[in-house]
Amino acid sequence: MKRLLPHPGLTLLLVTMWMLVLNSLSIGGFLLGLFFAIVVPLFTAPFWPDRPQMRLGLPLLGYAFLVLWDIVVANFQVARLILFRRNRDFRSCWLSIPLELRSAEAITLLAGTISLTPGTVSTDISTDGRHLLVHALDTGDAAGEITRIKTRYERRLLEIFR
Amino acid sequence: MTALIDIFIAFLILLGGAFALIGSWGLARLPSLMTRLHGPTKATTLGVGGCLMASMLYFPTHGLSWSAHELLITLFLFITAPISANMIAKAYIHRRHSETRMTVETARMLPESPAGAAEWATFGVADADRPNQPSGEPAQPL
Repeated sequence: MKRLLPHPGLTLLLVTMWMLVLNSLSIGGFLLGLFFAIVVPLFTAPFWPDRPQMRLGLPLLGYAFLVLWDIVVANFQVARLILFRRNRDFRSCWLSIPLELRSAEAITLLAGTISLTPGTVSTDISTDGRHLLVHALDTGDAAGEITRIKTRYERRLLEIFR
Repeated sequence: MTALIDIFIAFLILLGGAFALIGSWGLARLPSLMTRLHGPTKATTLGVGGCLMASMLYFPTHGLSWSAHELLITLFLFITAPISANMIAKAYIHRRHSETRMTVETARMLPESPAGAAEWATFGVADADRPNQPSGEPAQPL
């Protein structure tokens, strides 16, 4: 079983994607999708030697909804800033966020979240992978912003990626 | 009932259009490249999202088949938007860094690289990619 399905998560994702792209529930389509979903992980296995240990459960679902909600809020905040703030009043600055997350996948997810949520875009990572360089559009309190990102997103990601 | 749904769909389309417009306006009026990046990464996600939700509602309520492609578009948008923003930002700081006449303001802008031998990855070589690792300790996986 382990040899046939080296990466069950990827297989599940590929089948789901295939069915969504196909946009219809036919047996033939499902079987072809299943075939690719089994063959593709088998052939790409050498490219991902160490897989992230990820818990696919309630914490991940909760995180997804939190991020979706924050994206909606972020849209309104940034729209308000664009419409009503004068250029010289923007207090934009760079933040350097110390990371507790270690796996590359978890850091990627955190960086993506930061880019999509209120007033921050992740720019770069330090060579040792322990700091994230983030640009904030408008913040009066850089330290508070770092704490907010760490408690709101990173703590949850630490629970998801052991 | 259909009229009510139509009104809701129209509202979603208008909302989406408004956000797309505001995002583009931000791109035009914000003062520097880094601040301009904030417009397209955020204000437009809801812009496209509103239109996609309207599309997802319109087709089933008007006797046409439901389509899952809107969900896929949303997913791909959320995956690609941060990456393109990241690439633009990296190119920006790289260019600023290599300019010989670096203005005082730019030099002040970037925070000090974090402690130790580490630098920001755009300017340095990742520990894992460094040739001639001293034997013994293996390279830290990022």
